[in-house]
Amino acid sequence: MNRILTSFCATLLALLPLMAVAQIDGEFVKPRNGKFLLKNATVVTVTKGTLTNTSVLLENGKISQIGTGITSSDAEEIDCTGLFIYPGIIDSGTRLGLVEVSSVPETVDYAEIGNVSPNMQALTTVNPNAEAIGVTRVSGVTTVLTVPSGGLFPGTAALINLNGYTPDQMYGGFKAVAMSFPSSGRRGRFDRRSDEDIKKDGEKAMKEASEIWENAKSYLELKNSGAELAYYPEMEQLSKVISGALPLLIEVNAASDILNAIKWVEGKNIKVIFTGVAEGWRVADQLAKSKIPVVTGPVQALPTRASDRYDTPYANAGMLAKAGVKVALRTDEEENVRNLPFHAAFAAAYGLGKEEALKAVTINPAEIFGIADQYGSVEVGKRANLIVSTGDPFETRSQIQHVFIDGYRIPMSNRHIRLYQEFLERSPGLKAN
Amino acid sequence: MKKHIFLLAALIGLGIGITPAQVQKGSVLIKNATVLTITKGNLESSDVLVQNGIITQVGKNLTAPNGISIIDATGKYLMPGIIDAHSHVGLDVVNEASAPITAEIRMKDVVNPYEIGIYRALAGGVTVSHAMHGSANVIGGQNATLKHRWGSKDPADIIMQDAPRTIKFALGENPTRVHGRGNGIQPRSRMGVEAVIRNGFNEALQYKKAWENYNLAKTQKGNTTTPPAYNERLQTLVDILDGKIIIHCHSYRADEIYMLINVVKDFNIKKLVFQHTNEGFKVAPEIAEYTMGASVFADWWSYKMEVYYSTAYNAAILQKNGALTSINSDSAELIRHLYHEAAKTQRYGGLTDEEALAMITINPAKQLGIEDKVGSIEIGKQADLAIFEGHPLSSYAVPQMTFVDGIKYFDRNSDQLDQRQRVAATEMVEPIYLRANEEAHRCMQDVNSYFEAFQGAFFSEKH
Repeated sequence: MNRILTSFCATLLALLPLMAVAQIDGEFVKPRNGKFLLKNATVVTVTKGTLTNTSVLLENGKISQIGTGITSSDAEEIDCTGLFIYPGIIDSGTRLGLVEVSSVPETVDYAEIGNVSPNMQALTTVNPNAEAIGVTRVSGVTTVLTVPSGGLFPGTAALINLNGYTPDQMYGGFKAVAMSFPSSGRRGRFDRRSDEDIKKDGEKAMKEASEIWENAKSYLELKNSGAELAYYPEMEQLSKVISGALPLLIEVNAASDILNAIKWVEGKNIKVIFTGVAEGWRVADQLAKSKIPVVTGPVQALPTRASDRYDTPYANAGMLAKAGVKVALRTDEEENVRNLPFHAAFAAAYGLGKEEALKAVTINPAEIFGIADQYGSVEVGKRANLIVSTGDPFETRSQIQHVFIDGYRIPMSNRHIRLYQEFLERSPGLKAN
Repeated sequence: MKKHIFLLAALIGLGIGITPAQVQKGSVLIKNATVLTITKGNLESSDVLVQNGIITQVGKNLTAPNGISIIDATGKYLMPGIIDAHSHVGLDVVNEASAPITAEIRMKDVVNPYEIGIYRALAGGVTVSHAMHGSANVIGGQNATLKHRWGSKDPADIIMQDAPRTIKFALGENPTRVHGRGNGIQPRSRMGVEAVIRNGFNEALQYKKAWENYNLAKTQKGNTTTPPAYNERLQTLVDILDGKIIIHCHSYRADEIYMLINVVKDFNIKKLVFQHTNEGFKVAPEIAEYTMGASVFADWWSYKMEVYYSTAYNAAILQKNGALTSINSDSAELIRHLYHEAAKTQRYGGLTDEEALAMITINPAKQLGIEDKVGSIEIGKQADLAIFEGHPLSSYAVPQMTFVDGIKYFDRNSDQLDQRQRVAATEMVEPIYLRANEEAHRCMQDVNSYFEAFQGAFFSEKH
């Protein structure tokens, strides 16, 4: 009996490797690192013009050569004849990776309790396996700023590249503390406060913000003077903004609030980026004078006032740029970040122009975030974040053929595509088996 | 002949007596456009003549009869007015969330011709919208098909009076949350949703029978039978069973779509359109075979659990499986660029220009039962037209002018930056809608007040 059992077990063991192979069909395509030669493309560098019949060599995660007649014996060649190379597209304001299903609170991680929580780290809660990341990157958006929201100082935003298995592998080298600037406007028709109350509430919120700011300043001064301080992570994080180690992303939208924010920032000698800026066009000249860069969007949005011209959100970026404001674009989205190229197209068509719109999702954010040595254009020495497209990536009819992030060749697949592959021709079809 | 005219005038007079409103109709000659007819191909450098609100000629070198204004559309594209098969613009209220079946409710009673969403839709080339009841109830209210005659003061003037009746159904999360979890009544599950529909239709059949019995008895001599109590709710369900109303059903998951297909087969109902239909791609052959198709989002997904397993290729899969497919907005924001939403079917599934454009014109027209009147540029059809700078499927397209019944209601060149028509001296602070896009999704609007105990959970719910 024992012998039978032993031999049975032995047979099973012997079969095991066979079974492991036989149980799983198909092969999963992973992102792949390597040396890639993209041959004979039209290269839209953004910063150095458009180069025809040009090849780009990617190695060690960087763009190592750009030119005609590049050869490499050990690089994997990809024929790009008739195709276009663009730098990876950057979305300067999202909640990507922080949300899985927005109506299911258990999967929503961008808002913490409390009014002052600048020490909350978006990067901590980025889920590298969020379904939306795979869905987004095949659109050509390779890099996003992911931003917490909620209270006055809701947390610290982080730039991430859309490839990697840990947040640290995805981290793109830029962080900033987020602030929701107190609003002095009526928040819509449902807001029944009197004009006087609105004014009072606005002043109260501003006073609170300024008090917190003064506290953080004191914290930094005491710290710099060598005092022993109690554990105070909120002030610790804010003090980094005051010292200039981290920029401040100020979310501000209504025209009067933008003017207040410009005044509030004056004399603080900190790095500031305004975000949202939906009514920026109303105060474009003052914004330009302040020299504060702007991340605006979504472009495909409704006007802020019922009486505004229907296209003001489309035209806002263009009007700001025309006034001399440095502009980057955002979707302010989670699962729909893949639409950023289309938001950029709308901004282009309504006054920004194609060239500036492309910059607003590539080199401008790179410059605003202080990372233009690595991002935002196709140049030798920069990170190998680029896309290969059949045409203008802002056009819906163009297809993105290849995406590279940090030199990794990204599989052009995700759940949306796999469902298409499975269900286009379902089997069995209508009739029963 | 004179007698005929007299008779005709009398008839028209009678007509006015019945129809409360008199809508304006215009005449115009649009010249030298690339005409995208949708049903009869594309015509280069061609003209379209509109007389008294109707397209009367399509061709080259047309001349304008006396007094008809001419619009030069050289280098521009002319397409039929865009039709949105799922919208809530122009409505004061969206949900009557007080019972799982509220078939007696009519959206025609809450149409607001002053709602700014109508104008913004026009600015995106949209001339007809299907103003729907919300999705709180399994069988919701009857919808209104609107023509965007902006500036009308009478709600009746923007209702498309010659459109057939349609009614909203809703499956899945919304009705089960509102009634099952919110009120502790059926349905709490998708099983309950099926039961609510089947019970409703069976009750309607009994109601119909009761009236038939009464009407038969009435003809008998010495009859003393009293009539059954009139019930508008059940009568509406009878009208659905009799094929007088098109069902437009809010749905997401394949299982619930398949369920409703089985239900309508059992009750011999033919007029059914699925709305949203995010998992329609999984049952595309069934949708193609048994229904009037699906009206879907171009790419929305993941905003709630039942749309987590969606694909942006949904429209393409449905189309290629032979299902009648349209792209809708369900949003005051998206309705402004449905041409762009339709264009996404080229990114996701490589549909042709003709297929993509049909999804926002003739296909939704068929689903609303108005394809003989609008949805293409053809002689005899109502002159709902949109002029575009750039091909409408280009991401850079800019709508220029929009016409309803030959009247121009939108012209980009005469649009003002500040469009305030009246400024109240007392209103010092104008309302600013900072997250307007979120408020634009209105399928679950007006539900909160019913369930305030729900801790605002409905606020985060869209569609």
